[in-house]
Amino acid sequence: MSSENLDKATKPPPVENVARRRFLQALAGAAGAGLALTNLSRIAAEGNGELQAVSDSAADPASLAPPITSGDGVSALERMRGDIQRALAKAPEDRRWVMVIDLRKCVGCHACTVSCVAENHLPPGVVYRPVLEEETGTFPNVAKRFIPRPCMQCDQPPCVPVCPVNATFKNEEGVVEIDYDQCIGCRYCITACPYGARTFDFGGEYADDTPVAEGIVVGREVAASYERATNFEYAEARTREGDRDESPVGNVRKCHFCLHRVREGMLPACVTTCIGTATYFGDANDPESLVSELIASPNVMRLKEELGTEPRVYYLT
Amino acid sequence: MSVKAISVVWPETEDPREKLLFDPRPTREMNNMVLDAMTTTSWRYWLVIAVLVVLVLIGIFGAWGYQILQGMGVAGIRRPVYWGVYITNFVFWIGISHSGTFVSAILRVFKAEFRRPFTRAAELMTSFALVVAGMYPLIHLGRTWRFYWMVPYPNQRQLWPNFHSPLEWDMLAIFTYLIGSTLYLYLPLIPDLAMARDYSTGWRGNLYRIMALGWRGTEAEWHHLKTAITIFAFAIIPVMFSVHTIVAWDFGMTMTVGWHSSIFGPYFVVGAIFSGVSAVVTVLLILRKAMRLDYFLRAEHFDALGKIILVFSAAWTYFFFADYLTEWYGGEAVGKELLTLQARGPVAPLWYLMLIFNVAIPLLTLWNKRIRTSVRGMLLITLGINVGMYIERYIIVTGALSRNRLPFNWGAYNPTLIEILISIGSLSTFVLLYALASRVLPLIPVWEVQEGQLSHRLRRIGRQLAPSVSELD
Repeated sequence: MSSENLDKATKPPPVENVARRRFLQALAGAAGAGLALTNLSRIAAEGNGELQAVSDSAADPASLAPPITSGDGVSALERMRGDIQRALAKAPEDRRWVMVIDLRKCVGCHACTVSCVAENHLPPGVVYRPVLEEETGTFPNVAKRFIPRPCMQCDQPPCVPVCPVNATFKNEEGVVEIDYDQCIGCRYCITACPYGARTFDFGGEYADDTPVAEGIVVGREVAASYERATNFEYAEARTREGDRDESPVGNVRKCHFCLHRVREGMLPACVTTCIGTATYFGDANDPESLVSELIASPNVMRLKEELGTEPRVYYLT
Repeated sequence: MSVKAISVVWPETEDPREKLLFDPRPTREMNNMVLDAMTTTSWRYWLVIAVLVVLVLIGIFGAWGYQILQGMGVAGIRRPVYWGVYITNFVFWIGISHSGTFVSAILRVFKAEFRRPFTRAAELMTSFALVVAGMYPLIHLGRTWRFYWMVPYPNQRQLWPNFHSPLEWDMLAIFTYLIGSTLYLYLPLIPDLAMARDYSTGWRGNLYRIMALGWRGTEAEWHHLKTAITIFAFAIIPVMFSVHTIVAWDFGMTMTVGWHSSIFGPYFVVGAIFSGVSAVVTVLLILRKAMRLDYFLRAEHFDALGKIILVFSAAWTYFFFADYLTEWYGGEAVGKELLTLQARGPVAPLWYLMLIFNVAIPLLTLWNKRIRTSVRGMLLITLGINVGMYIERYIIVTGALSRNRLPFNWGAYNPTLIEILISIGSLSTFVLLYALASRVLPLIPVWEVQEGQLSHRLRRIGRQLAPSVSELD
């Protein structure tokens, strides 16, 4: 844990948190046993039957115990999937989706950014979850940390009241959505967001300006056909081909906590992809959930809290 | 009608007959001067029209059409600067639109007699500048064809605009101002249209007959017209303030550093009047030369407008300084970065140019009457002010966006050829509309000049000619 050492170099050691320690142990154990990889592939291939199984086991009070420590082999990802199942059983307005990002565990691999681009078929210029890099100190006492920045899904969102056509709004689960059928592309919300979380879809493709090649394996058309494939944001099938009004082109786009995945019981793409399990997701209204446990720790901060936007993304530092 | 006599004694060195209102000519001669200016067109005029039509075709139909087909990517807006030249142009043209109301309504309310010959020219600028300004939110939209979704009307899909959004206030304010200022342009035009109708035949005769609404000039008609003009003159002033205040609130209501300022409303209004009145002077100087209106537009008018510009230059400087000092002294990190960007960054040359055009040149030159009454001097100064005011808006819009609260999201903005072509196209649209209107509508409100001349008279007292002014009320 080199980041741990860097932290210690610049500030007093953080108060050790029991939950965190348990996780670190759990992860170490999981990684050591090669379980993490197995879990990831299981999540990638998860079917409804298996989800049901997880949900059943989640209902069993014995399995709600913190992961690994009880020796039942439940990883953080599995526990979070159980949390989601429990949340989905509640009424939407009773859920409180939050994301927790452990900055001490983020290694800056940008895998979350990439998985998000792949999941949502994001075009050039649109990034939902960049990883910011922050350097502190002066040589030789320097430290660097990585800050993944999804949409904060603020409880007091500055972007929502400025929309002239009500195209962006907080849905009943508290996630700030954009209605692609209603957005007129004025970009006012982009200027209003203090986190730079919103970007504009100019309609370009990564494959623009690449060489045209013969065949079905390489070349611009092949690459572009991947980019134009249907995406399922907000559980609506949209393709970039054909009528522009049917696609998000010319609209503002932003992170939506992968609502289309969450509603099917899956974790957001960035969470499942994180190689160090530094990102957590779940229902903060559920006291048993992993995220509730994490945001109760003393080393929690939120970005630009002083602006009063009440972000729903918590960082562990 | 009671007549109050107020005597004014001018300095002996000045011949009172240099003033328009003390230099009356027969009604028919004056009418002919205005009508001739309207109906005479040289080859130069048609050349200008042809060039403008080409520029409008390239800029608005060509470049904007291309942008609609290709998407907003052809514009230079990129993360983080998603508002660029289009919003700058929008604010600029809204500023120009303040000319007419200020010159016409405020000076009318305060009974400033020098306003009489150029109210119409200024009101016409208001309406056309609003048309051009109104195009920009549409040009700026990612989905232009959905613009009407901002209009509150009951519809099948139950769409309804968000009245919490400053952009929605903006649209309502602009439409109110456009309708109000067009009516305010039209009302004082009626007697002049009737005059033109009486002198014209053919298509002009028909057009003026329809537009003059059967004006005969009876006492009752004059009474109604005067009442209506007075009501509109008072009513349009708060609308004018609201329009630019709301444009400023588009910025001020966000949390963006450099925008979030309570001074923005009045600051923008003052800037708008500053640039609007300067644009009136520019246009009047061109009209005077091109349409031979030397009789109506005299040194005294540019002298008076020059004084107004001087005052507004000082006012703008004051607001600028108050805004700048607060931002700088507060010492917020992003704010300081923004000010550093202006003073030393890539936009620094523009920023200093703005200060030269808006502060140094007007404040150093316009106190001098010789400069205020010189054609070339005023033309250069007022053009410079509008360049300076354009730069001000450009720096406010793009500068604040390029230095925001998260340094990862800092960036630069460079306009593309498409954006520049559209900007030129919109300027050409304004000039084209104005040039065409100058040959259709009487640009000088003849009846207002004649009314003014009736109340101004030179009386012989002993050997001296003493100017006397009676107030009609």
